[in-house]
Amino acid sequence: MTNVLGQLGAWTVHRVREMGRMWLFMLSSFAWLARPPFRFHQTMKQLHFVGYKSTFVVVLTAAFTGMVLALQGYYTLRKFGSEGLLGSAVALSMIRELGPVLAALMVTARAGSAMTAEIGIMRITEQIDALDTMAINPLQYLIAPKLVAGLIGVPLLVAIFDVVGIYGGSLVGVDLLGVSEGAYWNSIQSAVEWKDVYGGILKSISFGLIISWVCCYKGFYTRQSAEGLGRATTEAVVLSSVLILVSDYFLTSVLL
Amino acid sequence: MIKLVGVEKTLGGQPVLQGIDLSIPVGKLTTIIGGSGSGKSVLLKHMIGLMQPDRGEVWVGDVEISRLSGTRLNDVRKQFAMLFQGAALFDSLSVFENVAFPLREKLRMKGPDVARRVEEKLEEVGLAGMGHKFPAELSGGMRKRAGLARALVMEPGIILFDEPTTGLDPLMAKSIHDLIVTMQRRFGFTAVMVSHEIPEVFGISDWVAMLRKGKIALMATAAEFQRTTDPEIREFISVGGTVMLPNSLAE
Repeated sequence: MTNVLGQLGAWTVHRVREMGRMWLFMLSSFAWLARPPFRFHQTMKQLHFVGYKSTFVVVLTAAFTGMVLALQGYYTLRKFGSEGLLGSAVALSMIRELGPVLAALMVTARAGSAMTAEIGIMRITEQIDALDTMAINPLQYLIAPKLVAGLIGVPLLVAIFDVVGIYGGSLVGVDLLGVSEGAYWNSIQSAVEWKDVYGGILKSISFGLIISWVCCYKGFYTRQSAEGLGRATTEAVVLSSVLILVSDYFLTSVLL
Repeated sequence: MIKLVGVEKTLGGQPVLQGIDLSIPVGKLTTIIGGSGSGKSVLLKHMIGLMQPDRGEVWVGDVEISRLSGTRLNDVRKQFAMLFQGAALFDSLSVFENVAFPLREKLRMKGPDVARRVEEKLEEVGLAGMGHKFPAELSGGMRKRAGLARALVMEPGIILFDEPTTGLDPLMAKSIHDLIVTMQRRFGFTAVMVSHEIPEVFGISDWVAMLRKGKIALMATAAEFQRTTDPEIREFISVGGTVMLPNSLAE
């Protein structure tokens, strides 16, 4: 019994210490962001990587999400004779939930895992130590631009996701299943409110921060081996995804 | 001058450094030797603040750096450069950009001044015309040369070499050693090298220090070191390190 309690205590201390280190990592990175020299070029490069290079996969996911949502929604709403509300069902689902969550999960898989691997390899091959020896702070040079890229890039991708998803829904609902075009777009206009859009933006900013924070942290503290790098990448993707879904619940409960 | 006083460090529950007292002479090439896993690289990383001691002090000039961090530690590091075991070149940058990196980032230099200094250093290390290549396209020896060019380009007062010839064939290892000695003599920087290359290090070093059981067993000029009467050290330098293996590895 004492042994079990001891192990539980050690596990708790380890987790609390890890969480503290994660918070310090993020806060230090933001503190370095405010100090010159400002890494504008690095930030643009990361924004290109996180944002622009994720566009294709986000558009593809959004289009099919909107299409399947319209398909499911149409047959459900038809039972109640409410096909005219299909547009609002698709748009609200997209803007409030599916856009931020699915876009964030796709960015985690595509850009987040690459961030962890890149930083992890730099750690293993002593490139991060090399930055330190040159008196260049790695948090300022490597991490802060990635955090900013996540904060800006993910909301923009979510906006694209929402628009493409709604058009995907229109393609299936209006063009294939015969819902009136006017009814589709009018129901969106009347149902979607500013607070829905605001909530989606808030979620996407939070998810962008979670992705870049967790993935950079896991890469930065990778253990010195190929196995350690593999584990760090897996942990980064799993932890980011779980935190996105958990924080989505709490943000929704606050926003509703 | 770099001076370590009573430095102790435990890693993963294993004591690695157990009271290191060491002074590195200015403007000389000092080599630290010792068995595999004896903590030579750990010792080197303490000198530049990449690792902090559990106990003891690390002095660089008149600054004690073991508890420094952030900007104050970076100020001290401006005197240093380091050549890592694997050269630690940035994969995403060409050789030219790697060597130019500290000039652009630290001195905010631009344009022809950067090109001139980079080409000059690449020529000195025998990599003239190789600036466009990426690290992945270079052999082990060329990577070390590029790393050395990057270390030299800021004209630092102190350069640390972490096993600069590991993984190289004997001829390439000799050429890297010759290059380090030539550069050290020409520019007069303080050099600290960790090496396994015995007896080659005695031919190139001004001073040799031996790490044994977490302490400096002997520090002497290269000539005096070879005349030591300590039987363990004599055996180590005659057979190339086998007696210094920790018990777990020796078994």
